[in-house]
Amino acid sequence: MAQERTLPVFQASASAIRQEEGLMLYEDMVLGRFFEDKCAEMYYRGKMFGFVHLYNGQEAVSTGVIKAMRSDDFVCSTYRDHVHALSAGVPAKHVMAELFGKETGCSRGRGGSMHLFSAEHNLLGGFAFIGEGIPVALGAAFQSKYRREAMKDASADQVTACFFGDGTTNNGQFFECLNMAALWNLPILFVVENNKWAIGMAHERATSQPEIYRKASVFGMPGVEVDGMDVMAVRAAAQTAVERARAGEGPTLIECLTYRFRGHSLADPDELRSKDEKEEWLARDPLKRFEAYLLEQNLASEADLKAIRDKIQAEVDESVTFAEQSPEPDAAELYRYIFAED
Amino acid sequence: MAETLLFNALREAIDEEMGRDSTVFVLGEDVGHYGGSYKVTKDLYKKYGDLRVLDTPIAENSFTGMAVGAAMTGLRPIIEGMNMGFLLLAFNQIANNAGMLRYTSGGNYKIPMVIRGPGGVGRQLGAEHSQRLEAYFQAVPGLKIVACSTPYNAKGLLKSAIRDNNPVLFFEHVLLYNLKEDLPDHEYLVPLDKAEVVRRGKDVTILTYSRMRHHVTQAVKGLEKKGLDPEVIDLISLKPLDFETIGASIRKTHRVIVVEECMRTGGIGAEIIASINDRFFDELDAPVLRLSSQDIPTPYNGRLESLTIVQPRQIEEAVEKMVGLKV
Repeated sequence: MAQERTLPVFQASASAIRQEEGLMLYEDMVLGRFFEDKCAEMYYRGKMFGFVHLYNGQEAVSTGVIKAMRSDDFVCSTYRDHVHALSAGVPAKHVMAELFGKETGCSRGRGGSMHLFSAEHNLLGGFAFIGEGIPVALGAAFQSKYRREAMKDASADQVTACFFGDGTTNNGQFFECLNMAALWNLPILFVVENNKWAIGMAHERATSQPEIYRKASVFGMPGVEVDGMDVMAVRAAAQTAVERARAGEGPTLIECLTYRFRGHSLADPDELRSKDEKEEWLARDPLKRFEAYLLEQNLASEADLKAIRDKIQAEVDESVTFAEQSPEPDAAELYRYIFAED
Repeated sequence: MAETLLFNALREAIDEEMGRDSTVFVLGEDVGHYGGSYKVTKDLYKKYGDLRVLDTPIAENSFTGMAVGAAMTGLRPIIEGMNMGFLLLAFNQIANNAGMLRYTSGGNYKIPMVIRGPGGVGRQLGAEHSQRLEAYFQAVPGLKIVACSTPYNAKGLLKSAIRDNNPVLFFEHVLLYNLKEDLPDHEYLVPLDKAEVVRRGKDVTILTYSRMRHHVTQAVKGLEKKGLDPEVIDLISLKPLDFETIGASIRKTHRVIVVEECMRTGGIGAEIIASINDRFFDELDAPVLRLSSQDIPTPYNGRLESLTIVQPRQIEEAVEKMVGLKV
């Protein structure tokens, strides 16, 4: 196991949150965790197919960033997109139905796990290939600037959050888009979920500068290193970046140090990551940590938290029932949605 | 009527559409201050500003993806490929995101964008600058592919492409920018999905597009002198193909020759022949013939280059042979 980076320390008490806010964050993280656990169960029961990449362990990033944004802001994800979709407000039943390949899925059963979309929730996708979502996110951010400046629409202050992993930061689209975002001062957050591993490629074996946040500096862009297992730390960094972007002060690169508790996908035997490493990171479970924080700060009682977990478990269970009972896409519509007029 | 060069016809189309719809913008390499490598966007930045005529860094895949994101969120980007060959670097964004995203999103998003620029074999530009990407892109679902060939259709087609709600690959030809034609003073559109019957005839149907239309026209002059009466159809839309116009012609002539500038293997002609066999086999009196570029990287040497693409003389001979004047 390689030398672990020291996680930056964040003093959560310095940015105390209201009870309602804390419970909202907790609920979103629980939803992410329980939904993914249910996906694993359904995959092994043969209810969903293909490549399914679960998000367990990284919940503080999705919740910390997306819940610091407005509902009219844009979110752009990768192949590990279920939880970003949930945080962005796509109902669990529509995500589950998509994974079951049903007509009621958010991509009407045409997309699958790696291609979740919802125009209603400004979810730009689900992009399955490494890096290809970054330019698309850049386009949404450009659009905000264009509407504001070229079309004189003062209300066009939407911000875009673009998520991707450590492996993507060695791809050209990452560098090309950081350059354009800084060059044109676009309202975008580049959120790196550095979970230390691509599939079997350890981050430090793939890059000459493992500290990704430092790569922002050559573009004259702020780069921030955050403990990605601490939702409060992620949220604080995201709030600052969103505020900057909305004020027209440009992009931010946020590197969240995190870890996936499962293999790359459910098809990954996960043989390369050491037991020691996994245990070290499991001990930082963002959900347990935030629970402890909420209890410590008297923002919630055990009973409050249990009530949230029960509510979410019921929601996730219902999403399965909904998905199972939903119809398959109509074979007569095989050719629908190729063109805009379809 | 005003005599207009093809590159200016394209410029007029962009100017008119930008004036009409503030969501329309141009992006690409040197489209702004430089005016475009073939001057199609000359001085438009002075009228519309740097944001609407956006000079991009040399990052084809990323600025193409950026246009996809802008289109998904309500703008109507026009990408200029400085040379269409450069778009090989953007193949992923064009195929996965421009072409397929509407479908994979189950109709969540539409992607109204135009990708336009010069393609084809020029004069000794070398292999990389002499590509015919239409053949590579024709298999991508969700893309419309159009090739213009005259100032009149260039202007009307580009205006239609900009108004279309789908991604349109719009091929110009590097050797046709200085064609001249009197254009109407009033506004007009040319539909994207209609082939153009260039010459009506009864002996044989010649299907062609882009610069090869002009090689065919030259060949027809010789054929007319020999008393032959070919029908010439400019496909205009390479995807989807206009089988209504193609079929009507085949029912009349029962013979087809495809003249194309793309390479033979996996080319536009290959697709046309397969489709004609599917749809109109019983109408044919002879196997469909195709005259294509050679399956080689376009050589630099002028003589070798001219041997690579179809010449008017070969078209004449092929027609004569098909209608039985020569054996």
